Amino acid sequence: MAGHRVSRPIRPGLTEPYAVRVGLIVVALAFLVVFLFVPFVFIFVEALRNGWSAYVGAIESPESLAAIWLTVLVAALSVPANALFGIAAAWAITRFDFRGKRLLTTLIDLPFAVSPVVAGLIFVQLFGRQGWFGAWLSNHDIRVIFALPGIVLATIFVSFPFVARELIAVMEASGREEEEAAGLLGANGWQMFRRVTLPNVKWALISGVILCTARAMGEFGAVSVVSGRIRGETATMPIHVEILYNEYAFQASFAVASLLALVAVFTLVMQTVVARRTRPVVADEALAAELIES
Amino acid sequence: MSIEVRNATRAFGSFQALRGINLMIPTGQFLALLGPSGSGKTTLLRIIAGLDRADEGNVFINGQDATAQGARGRNVGFVFQHYALFRHMSVFENVAFGLRVRPRDRRPSEAQIRARVDELLTLIQLDFLAHRLPSELSGGQRQRVALARALAVQPSVLLLDEPFGALDAKVRQELRSWLRRLHDEIGLTSVFVTHDQEEALELADRVIIFNQGVIEQDGTPEEVVEHPATPFVANFVGRVNVFHGRLEFGKAWFGPVVVDHPTPLKGAIRAEGYARPHELDITREDVGGGLWATVRHASPAGALVKVDLTDPDGRLLHVEITREQFEALAVSAGERVYVRPTRLRVFARERS
Repeated sequence: MAGHRVSRPIRPGLTEPYAVRVGLIVVALAFLVVFLFVPFVFIFVEALRNGWSAYVGAIESPESLAAIWLTVLVAALSVPANALFGIAAAWAITRFDFRGKRLLTTLIDLPFAVSPVVAGLIFVQLFGRQGWFGAWLSNHDIRVIFALPGIVLATIFVSFPFVARELIAVMEASGREEEEAAGLLGANGWQMFRRVTLPNVKWALISGVILCTARAMGEFGAVSVVSGRIRGETATMPIHVEILYNEYAFQASFAVASLLALVAVFTLVMQTVVARRTRPVVADEALAAELIES
Repeated sequence: MSIEVRNATRAFGSFQALRGINLMIPTGQFLALLGPSGSGKTTLLRIIAGLDRADEGNVFINGQDATAQGARGRNVGFVFQHYALFRHMSVFENVAFGLRVRPRDRRPSEAQIRARVDELLTLIQLDFLAHRLPSELSGGQRQRVALARALAVQPSVLLLDEPFGALDAKVRQELRSWLRRLHDEIGLTSVFVTHDQEEALELADRVIIFNQGVIEQDGTPEEVVEHPATPFVANFVGRVNVFHGRLEFGKAWFGPVVVDHPTPLKGAIRAEGYARPHELDITREDVGGGLWATVRHASPAGALVKVDLTDPDGRLLHVEITREQFEALAVSAGERVYVRPTRLRVFARERS
């Protein structure tokens, strides 16, 4: 692309002065560089400071491996749960009218509004030794707090809006008519979902699952409160990074952090790929016209 | 098969969509539900289909009470205004859908499905597009696929919700006559909803005119045009000129235009007279019984000429006369002429 095209307006004739355009682009780029790109590069520079073998060594330490395994396990448990919840919530909200629908729609966004630490404390208060269900749980010898169940619960809480939100947007836009048509043709509820709804929301679902996974793996605050931060046992990757950092094991800390950064990059790439799939046909045609033109 | 609706009522919140509708549709009839938007026609269609439930009242399909059945069990074919094709399935799979989702014991074999779909695609003349996606078809093609999909399951009745509403004028015209031929061939009881009176009058055997949740008139296209039962129908169906006057002494008085009409016992009452554009005559001289008016504009429309005039109160009148009459008359804009109704429908208006 030629230099002068950088600020080519999308809608010619409805454009800002050249200086304004360049100014806005420079501000946005500077922001990205300072807050995203530099830290990202910094992570890898620090992680590889002592060479490749030190990097691999930090990751292969039993505690790091335990943290990685725990993180994957937590994501593997909480993401499917949230996918199920998201499908159910989106279906209920976009396909039925019921009392409290508005409230449910608002509540789905609650985890965005509540600090994860507060969420963690709520779970401790509910399931901890002194909590509401604490006595019952300890009588039955079930450990929730400072154990895997608590971490999974906290992770589910902070990551549940993603799938539901993606699906609600798509299902609201696509309307009920295709499902009505399927029903009129004799399809039962499952056939309707499996053959009509799911294929239509497939990419939105994948996109939601990717975001949900990224959030589940990266969660720090809520997990930090409920996990008890037991090294090699209840420390997920983000917790493990912090523990190493606090022990001045900077290189090892950044080595584990670099894995999380790679998860982030993978998420971004996947999102871009999926976004291309979900984009409506019209936009694709416009894009094609744009490409041919330039 | 026949459809019967008994005393159907439906409200959405405080909005009363249907107020006690009774309707009997005999087997093989092609019926239009005509009315302005919000008049309840689509609600009634959806209730017949089982997509919506009446608050009160019953639906009978072929004499069987289907009220408690959902859309799934009623075996009705339904065509949506915006097609509602399954966007990720090919044309072929769209049409095959209703056969594929049948319970195993009633599901045809793959070969039978293929044969049935091919037959339908030939019927809608789109067999060469079987593997396209709906997004790769034109609007008219999509609607034909939607129709084939609905017919694939051999429905007992066919319901169409504004089936041509999203199409452009030429395609609409073609599809209309094609649908009429199709109906004549397969003889399926069909009900379609439209707000386009021309469509209803051209296509249907019988027209039901809806307004604010009630049936204003139920009759053949000729009846609703020539003998509107209410002022609403007179206004809604076809173009009409309205004259305001009063009822007194056994006559209706509209200035110099006077026609016989029974009058109420007590005093005068307001009246409205309705005349279609072709029911007005234009003369140069006052031959009696005519209002004077000024010619505004004349435009030829095929064998007819449409003349717009304004009466002394400044109200617009639309008149249609034959080209020969227009040429014999030889009037031009700005000239003063006399307009005389050859036929006038009079409705008493309640005192306001």
